[in-house]
Amino acid sequence: MISLAQTYFIEVMTIILYCLLIFVPLLLGVVMALYADRKIWAAVQKRRGPNVVGPYGLFQVPADGLKFIFKEIILPDGSDKTVFLIAPIITLALSITAWAVVPVQAGVVLANINVGILYIFAISSLGVYGILMAGWSSNSKYPFFGALRSAAQMVSYEVSIGFVIITVLLCVGSLNLTEIVMAQKTMWFFIPLFPMFIVFFISALAETNRPPFDLPEAESELVAGYQTEYSGMPFVLFLFGEYINILLMCAMTTILFLGGWLPPIDIYPLNAVPGFVWFLLKVIFVFYLFAMVKAFVPRYRYDQLMRLGWKVFLPLSLFAVVATSSILFFFNLAPGM
Amino acid sequence: MKIINFLKSFLLLDFLKAFYLAQKYFFRKKATINYPFEKGKLSPRFRGEHALRRYPSGEERCIGCKLCEAVCPAQAITIETQPRDDGTRRTLRYDIDMVKCIYCGLCEESCPVDAIVQGPNFEFTTETRKELYYTKEKLLENGDRWETVIAENLEADAKYR
Repeated sequence: MISLAQTYFIEVMTIILYCLLIFVPLLLGVVMALYADRKIWAAVQKRRGPNVVGPYGLFQVPADGLKFIFKEIILPDGSDKTVFLIAPIITLALSITAWAVVPVQAGVVLANINVGILYIFAISSLGVYGILMAGWSSNSKYPFFGALRSAAQMVSYEVSIGFVIITVLLCVGSLNLTEIVMAQKTMWFFIPLFPMFIVFFISALAETNRPPFDLPEAESELVAGYQTEYSGMPFVLFLFGEYINILLMCAMTTILFLGGWLPPIDIYPLNAVPGFVWFLLKVIFVFYLFAMVKAFVPRYRYDQLMRLGWKVFLPLSLFAVVATSSILFFFNLAPGM
Repeated sequence: MKIINFLKSFLLLDFLKAFYLAQKYFFRKKATINYPFEKGKLSPRFRGEHALRRYPSGEERCIGCKLCEAVCPAQAITIETQPRDDGTRRTLRYDIDMVKCIYCGLCEESCPVDAIVQGPNFEFTTETRKELYYTKEKLLENGDRWETVIAENLEADAKYR
């Protein structure tokens, strides 16, 4: 009996250790992303950004976090308190869960499941529930409208993201993320599938409620959208969930189009660098694009957002699926055929 | 024309241009300064914290004429005077309510002996309101502390007065 308990204990501990191995770097990544976001935004506007707390203002985000921890958690009178508090937890938990299948290097992945991309797609679709619950349970106008907008937006852009992913899958012949990366050994997919790369990038912006598609949080119209009634730790959970989602989308762009952990050219000094460094560099590059877009693109109007999603991206990606599959079929290039 | 517009939006030309511009500004010199560590240049005419000046002999300049009290649009200045033993009129009280003050500079302009001036100091925040009710002692102390800078500024601005 004891040995059985021991094996269970060891097993559980290893799983917890693996989770921490994902969670801790992810939190650090979020802190750096928040910092980089503010710094890049400031630099484009010829400002300095955070530069007082710690060297180069690096401790600004931890300091903000500390402040949030000590703030009161305000529960609005008319709110549904249980749902109100569960919503941010769901958002954060789901966004972290999705990282379980992201490979940062050949073989370095928590769960190397065969339908990795489907898993990520499903989990990030569930993310909308956290936002909907937050908006509904706040029992207030702005969060409600913010949540409605967010739900509509995420659902419509998921459609085109789905089709973009299908075009990539057609070229790979597998749903496994590691195999998707390995299929780009000869050529990264952003070259043959460049229009899809752009569509995916813009849809990722919309999917994560980033500017210019941050209508759910458009402060000029909706105060802070579904986060309006949140304060203290629940707000931090939302913030972290949002940024982890953004990083996930950066990682997805990297894996699907930029060759994951593969070096740009497979020659000596470049392929000696460990894979996760390349992966990190590419994620940073994509995040840089995310932050730059925030700095120079004005916010879309809501009908423009919907028009772009349904009348431009959907036909475009649908056409791309047909075109890619026909080309692959007629030239006998399709893997697994 | 329609086709050109279509191509323009389809190829995201405007976005590329904007990206280029943003990137250019990214490396430009910063327009903001690193405030608590470096400060912007102030004009000699800058109207900051008040100070009461003294003559080089150490005698206070203010003769209690109450012109500043009369001209103050916010009525922030309160003066009480009394003749001294040597027969000159001097102030007993010279209070400025820095909360009321609007920093218009009229007190400085009205002063016939350049006693009350507004110095270059603008960092005199306090933790309580009480500390902003300046007394004569506080103002004279300010004058002693900032005299060099105030004298320089007055001289630099003298020809425009």
